[in-house]
Amino acid sequence: MADVPTLSPDVWRKQIAGEYASKPEYLIPILQYIQEDAGYLPPEAMLATARHLRIPESKVYGVASFYAQFNFEPQGEHRITICRGTACHVKGSGRIESELSSHMGVPPGGTTEDLLFTLEAVACVGACALAPVVVVSGEVHADQSVASVKKTVDKLKKKSQKE
Amino acid sequence: MTVNLDQRIQSAKENWKALQQGDDVRIYVGSATCGLAAGARGLLDQLPGALGDLDLEARVVPVGCIGMCFAEPLVDIQEPGKPRVSYRNVTAKALPKILEGQLKNGGPPEKWVFGTLGEGQYGELGRLEEMAVLGPQFRIALRNCGWIDPTSLDHYLARGGYKGLQRALDMKPEEVIQEVVDSGLRGRGGGGFPTGLKWKFCRGAKGDQKYLICNADEGDPGAFMDRSVLEGDPHAVLEGMAIAAYAIGATVAYIYIRAEYPLAVQRLRHAMDQMREIGVLGKDLLGSGFDLEIKIKEGAGAFVCGEETALIASIEGQRGMPRPRPPFPANKGLFGMPSNVNNVETFGNVASILREGAKWYAGNGTTESPGTKTFALTGKVNNPGLIEVPMGITLRDVVYNVGGGIPGDRPFKAAQTGGPSGGCLPERFLDTPIEYATLAKAGSIMGSGGLVIMDDLTCTVDIARYFLTFTQNESCGKCTPCRVGTREMLTILERICDGKGKEGDIELLEELGESIKKASLCGLGQTAPNPALTTIKYFREEYEAHIRDHKCPGKTCKALIKFTIDPEACTGCRLCSRQCSVGAITGEKKQPHVIDQDKCIQCGVCFDVCKFDSVIVE
Repeated sequence: MADVPTLSPDVWRKQIAGEYASKPEYLIPILQYIQEDAGYLPPEAMLATARHLRIPESKVYGVASFYAQFNFEPQGEHRITICRGTACHVKGSGRIESELSSHMGVPPGGTTEDLLFTLEAVACVGACALAPVVVVSGEVHADQSVASVKKTVDKLKKKSQKE
Repeated sequence: MTVNLDQRIQSAKENWKALQQGDDVRIYVGSATCGLAAGARGLLDQLPGALGDLDLEARVVPVGCIGMCFAEPLVDIQEPGKPRVSYRNVTAKALPKILEGQLKNGGPPEKWVFGTLGEGQYGELGRLEEMAVLGPQFRIALRNCGWIDPTSLDHYLARGGYKGLQRALDMKPEEVIQEVVDSGLRGRGGGGFPTGLKWKFCRGAKGDQKYLICNADEGDPGAFMDRSVLEGDPHAVLEGMAIAAYAIGATVAYIYIRAEYPLAVQRLRHAMDQMREIGVLGKDLLGSGFDLEIKIKEGAGAFVCGEETALIASIEGQRGMPRPRPPFPANKGLFGMPSNVNNVETFGNVASILREGAKWYAGNGTTESPGTKTFALTGKVNNPGLIEVPMGITLRDVVYNVGGGIPGDRPFKAAQTGGPSGGCLPERFLDTPIEYATLAKAGSIMGSGGLVIMDDLTCTVDIARYFLTFTQNESCGKCTPCRVGTREMLTILERICDGKGKEGDIELLEELGESIKKASLCGLGQTAPNPALTTIKYFREEYEAHIRDHKCPGKTCKALIKFTIDPEACTGCRLCSRQCSVGAITGEKKQPHVIDQDKCIQCGVCFDVCKFDSVIVE
């Protein structure tokens, strides 16, 4: 995994303190704020959070690791999210998940070595009438197939190689 | 303050009238998440230019989801004095043709016309409200979705907005509660608990601060009703919350909404700003002396946080793990204070109940289940989408009228209600009226509204495995029956789907399932075995086929199916061999191809892409 620079705990702490008061109920919003900023939860930021809220670091990790939204590693530039909801499943999204995973060489949840793509599967995007659904960098793509998703991924790869 | 609101409502009504009966052309574009994803965003960008090219002028109004997802992108054109003409599946290429057709030539192009919406007749065009897809529907929670611009307060006010709250604030809180009790409204999140009664408990509880909480976590895979209401009519939910907060005496309210709904969060925040403008949020609501503050808390990706005690833990900044009840949240909830949690759709009905009266509400649906219910109708139906129907409607009516039947006229196999907590109902339940009791008796639950239709090419064992994979993953781990029990059930199901099922497996699943239901701490564990138990109850022979005959009648389980190519039908077009990721298909150009069974991984891609139906699954 490539080395991604991050801020020191003290700098993180100042940033967090500027946004949130030191109340335990703000733990999850703070983690969401850090992830929005850095794309994942750097260890330095977790330590800063613990200090700001005056709770043990283990508590911060305990809460963060409970929720699927939080990433503990740097994420890819493009996020490919495959919906595995009921409607999408019935329309073959399982196939899309396994085929795409082998095509990209990463398991669901993984990020490619070049930090270009993160592949993930979610339980339901909530756009069931458009099944099978794949979300590419925040954009919802409807009626997908193994072929169409592969095409999208390859296109993005080519585009980044040109840059 | 109340005087100001009435004046505002008056001017809103005039604006709405002007919109509906205006002198200009109005173009409504379905702009909820689905619509935008299906292509509406492109159309919205395209419209100004397309109109300009044709020398036309029109007012473009983005509206929420009208629920007919299968027809998105939907574009409605309304000429002065005429009903809206609805066009379906509008592409970028079609848009100029449609504009030209209706607005320049007076002839809506048949290719894309869906029908008309609203009062009046447009030539020979059919009225959507009379067609099978809309006719059986009756909209209360969804009454504004697809009709109004969800970012316009005026639109909401013009259609009776905040009348319910005005009336409630003029009543005593106990009277408001009685109205809701009389309406017969039951929790729409799935539990079906009488809402008025729940409020009564919280009202009667002792505490310095009471909290009202809106459960907008909507975690069931296959459910998106709450998302649509929040995106298409946020004020409906907020007004309902304000009424509830007044009734129970809560001056602080939270909306716990899943992080995966960013547009809904945006619409809510915008609507809350508008509420402050007219004095229905903040201090001294409409001069009543009642204060209310609403905070939004985003979820972080945990299905179990849809369970009320786990949800409360999450708001407190904890791991989302459920707590034993008693004490119930009504007495000891958020931060140990009396709290009331209700689902988005429940709140979406409250304003209408206060505005029109309990008797009106109870006049819909059945005695056991008054009112209406929204459903996310998906899976193998021709018209997947969001619907709202009176309780008591039959499953057959929903699948074949509103749903438009099953694609390819394939036979109906099962309908799954209640998501991961529900069950699969076979054909013999098609004429069952949809009510809380009837669904419970059949072994399923009403659930939050997910309704997935399956045809003969679906394996119910695979469906049971699919749901259990989900609940196992989402189990918080606190109690052993759920944490270990679901893991054991899943292992057995996986074995069966893998062709390694043993005699006694079915009985073991039944025994495990019953124990887990009885002993689990929360609703997740208590209902996780339902999909497996109902599929065993109604489709036992399918399980037996997997175990004894090593066959998958639904042609889904990879280990038990075989893909072959019919040499008579194959044209040798090579589409499949190019798509095969393991190189298992060989053949000369224009000659019938062959699948090497040793290499084939049964991924099914060849079956999907073949245009000549020459790939056979058995």
